[in-house]
Amino acid sequence: MAEAILRTEGLTKRFGGLVAVSDVSLDLHVGEVHVVIGPNGAGKSTLTNLLSGDLPPSAGRVVLEGRDIAGLSSDQISRMGVGRSYQKTNIFLPFTVFENARLASQSRTPHATRVFSRAEGYAEINARAHAALEAAGLGHRAERVAATLSHGEQRQLEIAMCLATQPRVLLLDEPLAGMGPHESQRMVELIKKLTADHAIMLIEHDMDAVFAVAHRLTVMVNGEVLESGTPEQVRASPAVQAAYLGGEEMLHG
Amino acid sequence: MDLAFILIQLLNGLQYGLLLFLVSSGLTLVFGIMGIINLAHGSFYMVGAYLAWSLASMTGNLATAIAIAIPLTVVLGMALEKLLFRQLYTRDHLYQVLLTYGLILVFEELRSIIWGDDVHGVAVPALLNASIPLTENLSYPVYRLAISGVCLLLALALYLLIQKTRLGMMIRAGASNRDMVQSLGIDIKLIYTLVFAMGVALAAFAGMINAPLSSVTPNMGSHVLIICFVVVVIGGIGSVKGAMAASLMIGLAETFGQVLVPDFAGMIVYVLMAVVLVWRPEGLFGRK
Amino acid sequence: MNHGALSRWLPWVVVGLFALFPLLESTFYTQLVTKVLIMAIFAMSLDLLVGYTGLVSFGHAAYFGLAGYALALMGPKYEAASLWWTLPASLGICVVFALVTGLLVLRTRGIYFIMVTLAFAQMLFFIFHDTKLGGGSDGIYIYAKPTMNLGETVLVNLEKLDQFYWLVLAFTAASFFLLRRILGSSFGRTLVGIKVNEHRMRALGFPVFRYQLASFALAGALGGLAGYLAAVQFGFVNPEILSWHQSGMVLMMVILGGMGTLHGAVLGAFAFVLLQEVLSNQAWFGVAAKHWQLAMGILIMLVALYLPQGLAGLMNSFRRKPQVEAEEGADG
Repeated sequence: MAEAILRTEGLTKRFGGLVAVSDVSLDLHVGEVHVVIGPNGAGKSTLTNLLSGDLPPSAGRVVLEGRDIAGLSSDQISRMGVGRSYQKTNIFLPFTVFENARLASQSRTPHATRVFSRAEGYAEINARAHAALEAAGLGHRAERVAATLSHGEQRQLEIAMCLATQPRVLLLDEPLAGMGPHESQRMVELIKKLTADHAIMLIEHDMDAVFAVAHRLTVMVNGEVLESGTPEQVRASPAVQAAYLGGEEMLHG
Repeated sequence: MDLAFILIQLLNGLQYGLLLFLVSSGLTLVFGIMGIINLAHGSFYMVGAYLAWSLASMTGNLATAIAIAIPLTVVLGMALEKLLFRQLYTRDHLYQVLLTYGLILVFEELRSIIWGDDVHGVAVPALLNASIPLTENLSYPVYRLAISGVCLLLALALYLLIQKTRLGMMIRAGASNRDMVQSLGIDIKLIYTLVFAMGVALAAFAGMINAPLSSVTPNMGSHVLIICFVVVVIGGIGSVKGAMAASLMIGLAETFGQVLVPDFAGMIVYVLMAVVLVWRPEGLFGRK
Repeated sequence: MNHGALSRWLPWVVVGLFALFPLLESTFYTQLVTKVLIMAIFAMSLDLLVGYTGLVSFGHAAYFGLAGYALALMGPKYEAASLWWTLPASLGICVVFALVTGLLVLRTRGIYFIMVTLAFAQMLFFIFHDTKLGGGSDGIYIYAKPTMNLGETVLVNLEKLDQFYWLVLAFTAASFFLLRRILGSSFGRTLVGIKVNEHRMRALGFPVFRYQLASFALAGALGGLAGYLAAVQFGFVNPEILSWHQSGMVLMMVILGGMGTLHGAVLGAFAFVLLQEVLSNQAWFGVAAKHWQLAMGILIMLVALYLPQGLAGLMNSFRRKPQVEAEEGADG
């Protein structure tokens, strides 16, 4: 297997006395979806926040292509090619859908900070924004104000904005939450399509989706990694079966 | 500079700091618990001083004046909270700033209409009008010591109220989780009214007891307000402990500044604030 | 009429109409409108921060006063200074002050930001009030207005009321169109993005702090332009122009007009100055005119409570254009 594009070593986050993430080591490879599952409060979202720079870790390393990025700010990490979506929809509600994607796309073209030419005048930025919206299935909604979208569509926009920044590593925090079956299916297809040239970390509760896309599976409980490996290995793990007593249907889903 | 002189400055600095604490503790509580920025807080200090002056000239006695004035300021605080500030809890800070700025103008003009624009003095109460000799030609006024004592007692009472009483527990809970408090069936509205009125009364009381020391002037409110903002920034929003530490720090810094570098005394507090901002933007006792 | 065409042409028509104003030959009204136009620049500069970048500054008078003092201190005492270098130098000082304080104040958010901007402005107030640097509380007279000469030719004579008026109008129009241009650019969109959702902008890779600092400096420079022109108009500076009343006043203009719209800021400056003029008119209100701030205070409170979107918002609600929100970022 090729060198991991992003890996963590002993990553730990403490809030006062509470240890939210404890000694987590995992790695992400281009061409693979690494799914993190676990009950609520297991520290999955905190883990995402540590990787994206939204929170600084208390201990441990986050290595992106050989460079330790732990403690860098979220904008620096984003510019290095790590994109994330949020569990709670985090978009620009008063703007049009296109403007949401355009802003995201603009962040990749620093010369676009020119002060006197119209923001819409950059073909490259616009093209990237449109492509991201198409990929997320929102092409037909481009001119709508984001606040007027349905919940599912806002989730799609969340992903589109992430894509418009052209990341190589994608951190997706429960992208299916609140989506209908049809939208979920499309999102699963999108994730599969993105896998070829992205390294993806996916946090998800929907077990159908998890087993449809996962190459690797990490189970977190109380901030610690309980088990990590291929989906088959994890399914067979006695520790996981013990922890998920009565959760049979969840794992075989 | 001899020891007695330094001692006097030290006492003056502490006394000024304690007075600042009375004004800023209300400000920081209202910030921390209700999330309100109140520019008009300095006006309460001004109102207190003018009330003390006018009631003292009527009754001929500062103590009586204060006894009458305190209930008045409590009522004023409750009325303002119920009529005005209650509407601001869910509003953006921008509108809180604007409304309380308008309120300052109203207070200033009402003051001008009722009490005029002259500078007044208030006599030190006869009972406390004495000095303690330190050296042959240096002495310390008893009234200043008395003020410091009263301020310390009030600070202690405030500490006990917040740390030990049921009301204090609700205040602390209200600061961290409004919905939770409400779901416990605690009347958060009543707490807000009480806290606000307490802040008004404390600021006004500071104005009253300080009236004999510094003259009663039209602009006294805005000066004290800005210093109190600096206190809150340095101490950390919502922290009464921080307000105490920062008040004493600023009281001493300004007092010694006036002695050592008189030309730059006005700037020292802002330099202090800048240093704290670089070092701990959330304030000494602030939560991140 | 098409909304886009309206917003494109209306400002030019308004500027044209204003250019005709001195032809009425009323000294009083020409001076009054000059003051309004200067305040319009001031209000637009603050609107850039409050309405477009989401930074509620309560210390904007610092730049207004700083540029005024810079002019008064840099020029020769009894002769006229040259506008060619005193104006850029004054604005430069404002930019430097904005960058230095910006590095500190932009570390804070929300209530802190409001208090800290106020405190730094107040620090300047005390520097000029307490030290002899700027003549203490009396301030400094500017005996001769700056010159605007090209070689031996007098390009604009600032001593002449109408020429000064046109110069101010040109600066106001230039500020308006410059800001409109900037706000429609990628840079401007980034600022509005930061206002709406700072956290997400950061996650998208924008170095938010640098954009905020740039906006802070630009607003400081434009605030300084207004202060410079005001110092020229009134012929003196004193600490009052740095006071927090001045900061509160300009904030009121921005909100009264409707924050987040440039024409709103201009409208707010007009409404506020005229209101001030009317309320303090002794012929109309007699003794009450002396206490005009009482009425103003009550009015400010009413605006804060019942007119949060200001006059521009009021106009929009009459027009009921559904796409108004979508155009907010680019609309002047």
